[in-house]
Amino acid sequence: MAFEDQRTTVYKVDPAHPESETLPTLRTEELLLNMGPQHPATHGVLKVILELEGERLVKSTPVLGFLHRGVEKLAEDGTYHQFIPHTDRLDYVCAMYNNFAYCRAVEKLMNITVPDRAEYLRTIVAEVQRIIGHQFWLGTQALDIGAMTVFFYCFRDREILLDWFDELCGARLTTSWYRIGGVERDLTSSLLDKLKQFLDYFPPKIDEYVIFLETNRIWVARTKGVAVISAEDAVSFGLSGPTLRASGVDYDLRKAEPYSAYPKCEFSVPLGKNGDTYDRYWIRVQELYESVKIIRQCLEQMQDGPIMADVPSVTLPPKQRVFTNLESMIQQFKLFSQGFDAPPGEIYCGTEAHKGELGFYIVSTGGGKPYRLKIRAPSFIHMGAFDHMSRGYMIADAITLFGSYDIVMGECDR
Amino acid sequence: MSLQQLASQLQDTFPVGLVKAVEWRGDLAVTVTRDRLHEVAQYLHDDPAMDFDYIVHVSSVDWPDDEERFEVVYEFYSIKKRQRIRLKTRVPESDCIVDSLTDLWKGADFMEREVYDMMGIRFRHHPDLRRILMPDDYTEGYPLRKDFPLRGKGWRDTFEFLDETAR
Repeated sequence: MAFEDQRTTVYKVDPAHPESETLPTLRTEELLLNMGPQHPATHGVLKVILELEGERLVKSTPVLGFLHRGVEKLAEDGTYHQFIPHTDRLDYVCAMYNNFAYCRAVEKLMNITVPDRAEYLRTIVAEVQRIIGHQFWLGTQALDIGAMTVFFYCFRDREILLDWFDELCGARLTTSWYRIGGVERDLTSSLLDKLKQFLDYFPPKIDEYVIFLETNRIWVARTKGVAVISAEDAVSFGLSGPTLRASGVDYDLRKAEPYSAYPKCEFSVPLGKNGDTYDRYWIRVQELYESVKIIRQCLEQMQDGPIMADVPSVTLPPKQRVFTNLESMIQQFKLFSQGFDAPPGEIYCGTEAHKGELGFYIVSTGGGKPYRLKIRAPSFIHMGAFDHMSRGYMIADAITLFGSYDIVMGECDR
Repeated sequence: MSLQQLASQLQDTFPVGLVKAVEWRGDLAVTVTRDRLHEVAQYLHDDPAMDFDYIVHVSSVDWPDDEERFEVVYEFYSIKKRQRIRLKTRVPESDCIVDSLTDLWKGADFMEREVYDMMGIRFRHHPDLRRILMPDDYTEGYPLRKDFPLRGKGWRDTFEFLDETAR
């Protein structure tokens, strides 16, 4: 049986010459490609259905929910204190900031003022977490594009901070260090020394990352001018954090609605111009320098004082007293078994996590459990703009686009 | 513009549609009737005095004992004016559909899909109203409704356990 080898057939279709119509025409169709959910570059279990024309993306449809665990439903079953460990598992790369955002929301609901030292401690640890988050992002994003060296350098330095977390609260990733009304424990002198050492060690390392990437022509070519979004669209899509600021929109909750110790620190919010992947990278690197600055100022300004608000009906007693004092034991037991009585009402409280605005919307009808708890997860909202931002670019650019959002599926799917 | 001024200006502009405006813990929540939702949202988005250009989140609350069971909650922010507002509306269970705001804020697309997926509220004129977190073929209801069981559906209690002595 004879096969006609189509690959060697040369078709010349020229619309200027009508006789070419008699020749067979090339059949073209759009190709559907499933990317994920088991793809290492999708940063977790994300699936995207790509419609391709050649290698160009015509349309991409994210399919979410592979990591959906019903965290919002779980919240309705536990007391306010019991939800803190669940927030660790939202954005599992940066657990501290989730704790922070949640505790701030509950404090707004309960109208609690946190003592000064606790505010400084919270800011310091939150900024350490921001450094960890940006290092993780920088490493994985470079790895997605194929620049493997930066990945190892970032993870080497990230380890130092994770060990620091380990010493601080006994866990590297799922930390649960923040408490409603304060923090769980104070920084020891050993932790302070290690942090100061790190602050001296780290800024030259950032320069090193930058040199590695910006002298890499492939990396620069694959980030500059890729996945551009205009300021107007970025606002309309509700993007936040570095993804929004790369388009030149000045929106940082640390400045817009100052909280914790941020108003007492001097720092700048870097803004991008082009809204491309490169600008999103550049902003994160600048934020690393700013974080170091903020931590330095906090360490200088911090005074001795209590680390937990003194509201016995809501906040937990110091751990040492729980084991030696009967009343504190009872207080601890009641707070964990029944919870505290929240006033009926509803609040929304947003916090600038390193990915963007992480917000909690809590509806309370009184009693110890939230009636409804909604998490505004930046990763989920960024995925909403994925189709818009990827159109017209190549398949390989879709990968850098995930990377530039800093997407974590635990937070996206909740 | 303070929150009181904002509330009173909305009251003046929409004397019919506005049900109530509540300020609590520094948040302003405005409840409107369902037929006026899109109109009020358009005013918030377009009017230069309002300029709420940023959509923060779309959420929903289930109140099973009320006549109008579901509450759809939108939260907007004005980047220029540094102000927040929460816009709410109520829908009954028998006819739970509201106008989609995707034509005003593009980000409302995914957020409204999530509300549909979790609470079963439909959005009129939404471009792509499908489930987003749950599987497409999921038929066991809407997980965040209060009548959806919090701790399983009881089938775990029906397991037959082997007697320890019989093993």
